[in-house]
Amino acid sequence: MSQPLTSAIAANRFGLGARPGDLESIGADGRDWLRAQLKGAPPQIAAAQLRSSQEILVDAFGLRREQQAARKASAAAQSAAAGGEDAQATALLMKLPQFLRPIYTEEAIARLQLAATTERPFIERLTQFWTNHFAVSVDKQFLAGLAGSFEREAIRPHVLGNFTDLLLAAETHPAMLLYLDNHLSVGPNSPAAERLARRQTQRKLGINENLAREILELHTLGVGGGYTQQDVTTFAQVLTGWSIGGGAGRLFSDGAPGRFVFRAELHEPGAKVVLGRRYADEGFTQGSAVLREVARHSATAHFIATKLARHFIADEPPAPAVQQLADAFSRSGGDLPTVYRALIDAREGWQQALAKYKTPTDYIISTLRGLAQPVEPGKGLLAAFDLLGQRIWEPRSPAGWPDRSADWDGASALIKRIQWAEMLGERSGGQRDAVQLAAQLLGANLADGTRSAVAHAASGAQAVTLLLAAPEFMRR
Amino acid sequence: MPMQRREFLTLTALGAGALLTSRLAFARTAASKPRFVLVIMRGALDGLAAVPPYGDPDYAGLRREFALRVPGDSGGALPLNGFFGLHPSLSFLQQCYAARELTVFHALASPYRERSHFDGQDVLENGTAHAHSVQTGWLNRALAQLPGGTGRESGVALGQNVPLVMRGAAAVTSWSPSKLSALDEDTLARITDLYAGDALLAGRLADALAANAMAADDAGDASMAPLPPAAAAARAGAAARYTEVVRAAAGFLRQADGPNVAVFDTTGWDTHANEGGAQGQLAGRLAALDSGLATLKQELGSTWSDTAVLLITEFGRTAAINGTRGTDHGTATAAFLAGGAVAGGRVIADWPGLSARALYQGRDLAPTLDLRAVLKGILAQHLAVPPRALEQAVFPDSSAAAPLRDLLRA
Repeated sequence: MSQPLTSAIAANRFGLGARPGDLESIGADGRDWLRAQLKGAPPQIAAAQLRSSQEILVDAFGLRREQQAARKASAAAQSAAAGGEDAQATALLMKLPQFLRPIYTEEAIARLQLAATTERPFIERLTQFWTNHFAVSVDKQFLAGLAGSFEREAIRPHVLGNFTDLLLAAETHPAMLLYLDNHLSVGPNSPAAERLARRQTQRKLGINENLAREILELHTLGVGGGYTQQDVTTFAQVLTGWSIGGGAGRLFSDGAPGRFVFRAELHEPGAKVVLGRRYADEGFTQGSAVLREVARHSATAHFIATKLARHFIADEPPAPAVQQLADAFSRSGGDLPTVYRALIDAREGWQQALAKYKTPTDYIISTLRGLAQPVEPGKGLLAAFDLLGQRIWEPRSPAGWPDRSADWDGASALIKRIQWAEMLGERSGGQRDAVQLAAQLLGANLADGTRSAVAHAASGAQAVTLLLAAPEFMRR
Repeated sequence: MPMQRREFLTLTALGAGALLTSRLAFARTAASKPRFVLVIMRGALDGLAAVPPYGDPDYAGLRREFALRVPGDSGGALPLNGFFGLHPSLSFLQQCYAARELTVFHALASPYRERSHFDGQDVLENGTAHAHSVQTGWLNRALAQLPGGTGRESGVALGQNVPLVMRGAAAVTSWSPSKLSALDEDTLARITDLYAGDALLAGRLADALAANAMAADDAGDASMAPLPPAAAAARAGAAARYTEVVRAAAGFLRQADGPNVAVFDTTGWDTHANEGGAQGQLAGRLAALDSGLATLKQELGSTWSDTAVLLITEFGRTAAINGTRGTDHGTATAAFLAGGAVAGGRVIADWPGLSARALYQGRDLAPTLDLRAVLKGILAQHLAVPPRALEQAVFPDSSAAAPLRDLLRA
């Protein structure tokens, strides 16, 4: 493998796309550049106006309470005199989305500003990988206001830490508990349920198995990881009581508003067996003990290794590379930098250039970096993610975005990229030497056909468009 | 050098159209040809909510406060056959049923028996009994069996990318509305040259241009009209959710030389919490879907009579309401076949019952009908996929699921 090729692969596949000058400064071996990025604390987003999940939830819960009170009042009024929805009620209904949307915009822009400028793009790509692994989606209530703070609070601090800590941080974060409905899950034999039963109320309390299932299927063992429906159901019982303070309804209202709380009142009592192992009932630690155990499981090592190799090496990752990563994961007890070093060392990652088709997010960020485009505040840039088919933090599924070429290489999606390339070309093309830029961004991957097309373009704008639309720029 | 700029759509209709004539110039078939629309409901539709078996003695106890009342009661189910009803949000589908243009299937399931959305959808689309066993979809393989199936674009996915069910050897394309500015003709020609050595990108670009040309051919097509401003869209609310995609689908299907198969996705069916009953979360989503289907009929015009629309989901949900007023992942569910070509007015179900003993693994509606029997019946009768091909190429190892006959009008 030639050294210029390792710098192009390091910058464009392992990183977020070269900026002018990056390939030169990466130097002789792209692998050293990646290893150096693992040193030091993970980068955090330091935008002063961003608020914590807790602060956001306190306000959001407050708005919801206002809505509910108004709904009750209007229902009472309507029973007296029939009337339609009045403007006041509608205005109240809009308050919550009006509160959440600007938070989404600010968070997404702050994330993009970091991605477009970071000197440690490998760490930023890993952050995006883990956020997608522990996916929440902003198409669910409250999540528009929480997806960004979830990434800042649960993902970023642990990206260079241990997988177990990352897992615990993600599963106990209010965003995840809300997204997968666990905050309201109640043990059928919990003190709260028994009390209700004694009072013979209509209401029945019970578990919701969503979070338990997705932890096993999507976050740890993987779908073939050897768990049964019984494991899912029992694990869901284990997780009863994992909730959020200050929620709606008497059972869910106490505790510090907007923070994780363990509600012993809702917890299904008793020792439980998950994946053949017995866990005594010690309240919260019963669940965290199960998480620690599944985090160490060999199926988890293999599942994480496969996803990392698919993301960084190839759609169908070579088995030896997956094995190396899984071994590194198991040997180190889930120490993520050790796994990343094994990833950097895997020879397969450097044998084929341009092995991955960019996602729309990859594509847009690499154009911003390549053209050194400033990321302006506001919704404008975010609309591009929507149009190109990957709205930020909206995978619409707890599985996160898919990670294979066929998921992203549609005809209509390609036209959108070309349109985006043309718009950027027109915005910036007149001012630069596109032939030089092509070499700076693509390095050893620059094909003769692209070089020639860029050189013979009819205008500076068209030259940049052709560069950004080139086959080697569509891939990484 | 000043450049000659033209609108992209004009270009594709007039300019690049010439390049693409070889792709598009297939013979016009007879005025009437079958059209098939597949709607994938991702997230696992609660079949017991969409098609409530209010006549089952165990139904109301399982569904508690969300049990729908009998037809005629306020907020009650819409009538089907005296045992099953339709969710009150599905008023257009109920009209179809009354006009004998809707068949409802119940207690059906794909061969998949676990409860992962993602594997369940993979099986739903790949047409085998196992997730990830093949990288192509049953609908694409069916199209490839038709005369000239691999030679021209016979299918369109309404969305930026092609879902698994439509991936494979048969030529298909994807289409989604564009709100970005027009492309420069000269730049586009140069990009076409640039892609000459790249089979994937060259093919995708040609497909995109062909699809846009087709959408533009449809003079005055509403699908190309700009979206209403956000405020108006919000007011139109759920009803408008599928309008754009449905209009585009109709635009393709109306054309004699266009694709005869269209696929699109719907989401939001994963109702683990606060699912609601006659009103609420699921009711709103069903209403949006129902309204989208009504728009589809309207936009198809006379083509509706040649059309069959199938709505399927990866699996059902638990029979009982869970602890958070929703339902968890289950097994059997309902499906819908609507359209002017459908021999409707029927509910096809070998009802297993909802007693504790009848439930699958003590929790889910038990499957008594293999989804592939429905799919094979439609493909055989409506699209005339040869029986041998159905058994071998399209749904391998499915001989136990014999095709349902006479799902469409003779």
